[in-house]
This record gives sequence, C-alpha cells and structure tokens, in this order.
Amino acid sequence: MSYVSAQELCRTYGQVAALDRFTLDVHQGEIFALVGPDGSGKTTLIRILCGLLSPDSGTAMIAEHDVTRQFDHIKPLLGYMPQQFSLYPDLTVEENLVFYAGIYGVTGDAYRQKRKLLYEFSNLGPFTDRRAADLSGGMKQKLALSCALVHDPRLLILDEPTTGVDPLSRRQFWEILLTLRSQGVTVLVSTPYMDEVARADRACFVLGGRKLTQGTPQDLSAEFTGRIFYLDREPTTRLVEQVNHIEGLTGRRFGAGLHLYIGPGQAIGNYVDALGRIGVEVAELTAVDPSLEDRFIQLMEGAS
Amino acid sequence: MTDNTIVRISDLTRRFGTFTAVDRVSLTVRRGEIFGFLGANGAGKTTVIRMLCGLLMPSSGAGTVAGYDVRKQPELIKRSIGYMSQKFSLYPDLTGGENLRFYGSAYGLNRSTVDRRVAALSDRLALHGFLDRTAGSLPVGWRQRLALAAAMLHRPEILFLDEPTAGVDPVFRRTFWGTLYELADEGVTVFVTTHYMDEAEYCGRISIMHCGRIIELGKPLELVKEHRAVTLEDMFVSLIESQDQCNA
Amino acid sequence: MHRIRFIVRKEILHILRDVRSLIIVIAMPIMMTFLYGYAINLDIENVTISIVDFDHSRESRDLTGSFYNSPHFSRPKVPVDPLDPESILRSARSSAILYIKPGFGQALGNGEEHTLGMTIDGSDAILAAAVQSYSNVVLRDFLLERVPHGVPVPGIMISPRVFYNPDLKSAHFFVPGLVAILMMMISALLTSITIAKEKETGTMEQLLTAPVRPSEILVGKLLPYILIALLDGILVLVFAKVVFGVPFVGAPLLLLGFGLVYVAAALSIGILISSLVATQQVAMMIALLTTMLPSVMLSGFIFAVKNMPVPLQAVSYLIPARYFVAIIRGIMLKGAGADVLAVHGLGLVVLMASLLLVAGRRFKTRVD
Repeated sequence: MSYVSAQELCRTYGQVAALDRFTLDVHQGEIFALVGPDGSGKTTLIRILCGLLSPDSGTAMIAEHDVTRQFDHIKPLLGYMPQQFSLYPDLTVEENLVFYAGIYGVTGDAYRQKRKLLYEFSNLGPFTDRRAADLSGGMKQKLALSCALVHDPRLLILDEPTTGVDPLSRRQFWEILLTLRSQGVTVLVSTPYMDEVARADRACFVLGGRKLTQGTPQDLSAEFTGRIFYLDREPTTRLVEQVNHIEGLTGRRFGAGLHLYIGPGQAIGNYVDALGRIGVEVAELTAVDPSLEDRFIQLMEGAS
Repeated sequence: MTDNTIVRISDLTRRFGTFTAVDRVSLTVRRGEIFGFLGANGAGKTTVIRMLCGLLMPSSGAGTVAGYDVRKQPELIKRSIGYMSQKFSLYPDLTGGENLRFYGSAYGLNRSTVDRRVAALSDRLALHGFLDRTAGSLPVGWRQRLALAAAMLHRPEILFLDEPTAGVDPVFRRTFWGTLYELADEGVTVFVTTHYMDEAEYCGRISIMHCGRIIELGKPLELVKEHRAVTLEDMFVSLIESQDQCNA
Repeated sequence: MHRIRFIVRKEILHILRDVRSLIIVIAMPIMMTFLYGYAINLDIENVTISIVDFDHSRESRDLTGSFYNSPHFSRPKVPVDPLDPESILRSARSSAILYIKPGFGQALGNGEEHTLGMTIDGSDAILAAAVQSYSNVVLRDFLLERVPHGVPVPGIMISPRVFYNPDLKSAHFFVPGLVAILMMMISALLTSITIAKEKETGTMEQLLTAPVRPSEILVGKLLPYILIALLDGILVLVFAKVVFGVPFVGAPLLLLGFGLVYVAAALSIGILISSLVATQQVAMMIALLTTMLPSVMLSGFIFAVKNMPVPLQAVSYLIPARYFVAIIRGIMLKGAGADVLAVHGLGLVVLMASLLLVAGRRFKTRVD
C-alpha cells in the first residue's frame, strides 16, 4: 500500500528548479532511500512532505491525507529529523525529551516507559543532564532520533541523518532503522552515501530536482549498462588520455589505478590490440562489479 | 642524503582543560604522499590538523612541518600550507573571483601573480563562468572547487583538506581525487580527512584515530589484510567496536 | 603592507552587501537625525493655558490678550468646566489655569498689590517649569508696557500652585514613562528575538511538524513575557514609590487593564518583526529602531509631542507608548479615571487590535 506519495511536485527558488515534476511512491513498512548530492532536491522534497514548504504545483499524500490541506491529521503519525540539528541546545537531553514528549501528549507512565526504551537504544542514559549543545555529533543525531520517536510515529522522515558521520556510527544508525522497520514503521531517509542504498528496501537517485531512476538495490546495480575493469597501474595523466583515445573505451582514475568502461554488448577481448599498443596487457585487468555510484555517474552523464 | 620527510611529529598532545583531545600522536609523512585521516568525529582529527597548520599550539610534544617547528614557527608554517575546511572558509557574499583575489593577497601575492594563477587554476579546475557568481549562490561541488583553488593559489607544499567531498556528487568526487593525484605527482603532499571508505582506499597511507590516539596506521589494503577483513569499512567498524568507549 | 588594503577592500564589499550593516550605516543616522532634530525641542511654544477671568475689566481682557498673543501660549480647545476646573488639567487638555481674580483692573490702575492664581499641571515637570517662567515674562512685559518710565512697577504677581508634582520632581515625571518604555522593551524586543532565534537555529522547523497549532506556539512562547513585563512594571513602580516617593493616586486595576492592552500591542509588534527577519541579530536591531527609539522620542516620555512638527505628531499616533505614557501619568499622578482616559484608551485598543490582526496573519507555518 502506498503510504507516502508525491505526484508531479514542482518547486522553484527564483531561477532554480529545486524540484521538477517529482513523483514518488513509498510503500508502507519499507525503508526508502533518497540518494543524491547536495542541492539535488532531497531537502526540498522532504520539506514539502512535512508541510514546511508549499509546492508550486503537484500533490503529495501521506497515509491518504493531503499534505498541504490536511497536515494536522498527519502530524501525530510523523517523526521528522531535519538535516540541521533542530533541538534546543540550551536544554539538556532529558529536558528536550520531556518537551517533545509533552508536545505529542506522551506523559506520565507512558512517557516513563518510552524514556526507558529510548535511553536503552540510544545509549544516552549517562548523559541525561548534559546540555544538547555539548553533545558530540553522533550523540546529537541519536537524541534527535529519540525525540522523533517518542510518540511512536508510523512514518519517519529523516533528512541526511548520517552525513558527516563515521562509518561505525552510520552502521549503528541503520541498525536502528532496520529494527524500526521490523516494528512496522515506514522510513523515508535521504542520504548522499551510495553504499547506504544497499541497506534500504528501495531507493531512488535524485539529481537536479528530478528522479533519475528508482528500484531495489539489486535492480539499481543491475541497471548498469556495460562493464567495468580495474587496471592496477599508476594512473598518470598520460595513461588516462591514452585509454580514452581508444574508441569505445573510457578510462578514469580510480584510487591507485584506473577504471576502464566498455559499453553494453562489447567484450574486452575486442580491445586486446588497442590496449597492447599502449602497453597494457588484458591480463592486468580485473573485472569489477559496478557499484551504485558507477550507476549514478552513468545516469548523471546520460542526463547531461 | 635528501630527507624526503615533510611532516614529522612525535608525541604531539593537546589538552582543553581536563579533556585530552589529542594524546601523544606521532607521525611521519613523506613529500608527495596522500595521507588519509580517519576516525569518528571528536576523535581528534581536526585538532591534529589544526596543530599541523600552525593554528593551535600543542600542549606538549614536538614536530616540524615543511621544516618549521610547530611551536616556534607557526607563521612560517602557514605560508607553506594550504587549508580547506569543511565549512569552506569562503565569503558567501563575495564572488568566486573576489574570494580568490582576496586569498591571494592574504598570502602576499601581488595582483598580477594572482590573476595569472587564477586563470591557470580556472583552466585546471574548470572554474570559468563561476568566478562572477557569489560563492554563496554556487552549488556545493563548485564551492569546493573554489575552496581548493583558494588553498592552492600560493603553491603550498602541503594541502590540508578537511572532508573536502562531503555532500558532493559522485562525478565531482572522482574528478576531485583526480586533481589530488595530479598534485601529488607534482610533489604536493596532501592530508585529507574523510568518512568515505572508498576515498580512504585512494590514499597512500591512512591513520585511524580514536579518543585522541592513532590506533592504526598504514597502507589501506595492507591493513585490510592484516585485520582479516573483507572491506576497509568492515575493518574500520570492527576495529572501533573493539575499542573502549572514550570518556566523551 | 598591501595586505591590509585587500582586507579593507573585502570589508567594504561585506558592508555594502549586508543589509544589516547598511541599515546601521545609512538608515539609522538619517532616522536619528530627524528624530533628534525635530523631537527634541527645548523651546517650549504654544503651551495651552486656560484663563479664567473673574474680573471682567478692560485690563483683564488685555492681560488675556497678552498671554494668547505671546508665542509661548495658546488657547485650549475646550473651556474650563466651572464646576470642576481641574478636570481640564487631568485630561491634559490644558497645561495650566490662570485665575484673574476680581479687582485686578482696579489694583493695576491704583498701583496696589494683587495676586493672580495659577494652577499648573506638574506631571510634565519641564513644561511646568516653562509655564511658570514664561507666565512671569508675559506678566512683566504686560506691566512694563502700561507703566510709564520711572514709575515703580505695581506689585502684581502670579502665585502658582503646581498640581500632581508639586516639587516638580523629575523622578515623578520620568518614572511612569520609564515603566512604559520598559514594558515595551520586554514585550517587543525580547519576543522578536525569541521567535527569530527558533527560526535561526532550526528548532522552529522541528516544532512545526509536531501537532502543535501555530496559535499554541505563539501563546506558549509569549505568556512568560507578558508576566515578566507586568511584574517588572510593578517592580519599578514599587521601587519608585519607596525610594523616590513617586505617588500613585489613581486606580491600580485600571492601570493593570490598560497595561495588558499595551503589552498585547507591544507583543504583536514583536511577532511582526520576527516574521520579517531570519536572525536574532537583525530582529534586535529592527526592534530597537522601530520600538525603543520611537517610544523614547515620540511618546511624550521626555519631549512633549505637542511641540513637534505635525508629521512627527502624526507618526506618534502609531506608537502604543504614546497612549500608555499619557494613561500611566494620568492614573499615577493625577488620579485620572476611565472617563478622562477613554480617548487614550480607545486609541490604544484600536492600535492593539490592528497590530494583533496583522501579526497573527503573518506568523507563518511554513519555512518559505
């Protein structure tokens, strides 16, 4: 069942089209990732879904309520975590939690139970009296998530919750999301990290306010057309140029070596001679599984 | 015998009150290396970089950067390094060109030198057309290119880049690293902090910091093998998980 | 070092491109020059004085003419009520009443001593002192004109009684106005900053997605400030009475009632300001410029509004403090009742209602 849907959403800021006929469909109980770089429109989309921005045109629904006209019905269902830390820095961890719980009507015993659970999963127990401003980045994220969860929302919308955070914290955060999903919560999360897509049920790539493609992580990698090979050689400018001169091959630096791309339907065998002429043996090449980032880049270049 | 070491620090420590942000860090980096700093936020990476840049005085320990002492000659260090921080340090209400000219002059370059170098960097980093727009109006990727150009204007021997590709699109990330490789080829030493594990693999050597200490240091793929992990991310995660919590 | 030059140049670019600094550099000096230039008018002209002539002689009519022909004095719009002469002072329709007692003309002709009575509204101490000195000047000129050279000037004097502030203590004059300024400051300045702060730090965004209505957010945020403003006002009054002996003659509940209306108007201004700005800094600046400065200069707190050029007087009608300063002085010093204050009260209520309406509409539930 569609829990969150957007139809042809458009929104401009002055000259820039932040969202261009964006359509989205998130099923109930799934984790859906919006993936794209800064400025691609993820935050604009999220703000429209959260009733904070009005679209220039198009509609959006959450749990069959219209986002622009019936947002009051949506509020109790929604837990929102914006990109910027949005809790009160001069209040302590506990004070922030009590405030948000109170706003959502979670008081008394219900609050005490919830509080216990939240402190357990966030490990913020030892810091209840610490001011939010004095928490580390990772702890701030956890506090913000706790406050978004205090009222048992059915839908979580998270705007880049893991940006600028180390891999371990990111993994822990996603583990929390998976636990929530197992409890039936629908999660819409935006992220610039391609590898996080692998943990979502479905994802879509966003660029320039448009949806480039969407699907399960497997679908998305499988969509990659062509093949990639890794060449373990020092990627001098000269070598990269030489590879690019070969018709049908594209070469790019990749870490300490090169990536060679060939188009669909081609076989690396066709290039043995051409490569030989620039001093590269096919045996030096190893086939590489295309990553989601490769697919994104392919779509980016296709779009431009 | 030419000593190719450009950074040498030993037991560098920095305390803030009772909190030890950096705890006896020792490091040697050769000219032309791309060195990656990994670790959780708050582990001490930014503090180490600040001390290496001459922006912060160590509480104890010693070190030289580009031949200058970190305690006694911070001003001379500043002239030999370029710094690009997470927040870009660009003035959002000035245009790209104005930003570059300002930074050029701040480093003591005269107007004609700045103009020449800005033109050359615009070619190299494809900045043409973006120099007349205010820095604040540029998309993130372009701002970062601009910030890199600003850090490079005075042809520093060492570049310190603090999460330079956060939030940037994948194409730009790769071209950015391409530029870093070119610079390394030209003999520039590059220090970079990042949370992207694939970028960590691009580095010649990496260090992982935790609670102010370096808990691992070496070539990325060798470390993965040593720890019998499958990917660098797995190695990072299991390494940090096995550590004690900091008193943060 | 030429580096300094570059830093200077960069700084100039920043100043030119930052609205805030432009306001300070351009708008404020102009505004302050006008305000200070026009509002501060230490020359007191056209003070309203009522003249009650019990003598009905040619001389008394001439004296009346001298007063009203003088640039210092003007005729009030309403006559003195014979049953309650001081009501004209309480309602501030006249600043003084000169009583020409029977026998004035005769005394003048015979060179005898005679005393004219004058009752002066002392709640504006500066004005009261001016009235005294100017009246004496007018009287002296009048006498000198009539008496030929060499003849001693008759002993005709004015015996003044200053009402409401007999010793012309400036504290009595300032403190009520101070309460008005203080309450405006707390209500408008602080509320504009607190709402702007939530916008600036992003916490407003989080709050807007919660099932809280915008009206609830507003009321919840503003209630503490209403309380603080009123408590602070009371504190100042108590302090003033105990330390400076400032009297409180009228009805406290009446003052409280008007005080609430005043605070509501000030709060609305605060909300309005915060809806226009994105940062606390700008909120504070605009609040200072549009509430504090005009309230101090144009409300009658220090400088009499009547003496200002007409455009500024017109502007003063838009300033809540103008009404409240008159009300609080009236209640505290003159014991004025609701009847006399009705006009000011009405003005305040109308202003408050309009501000509340506009502010309520502008409080946005969206971040765009």
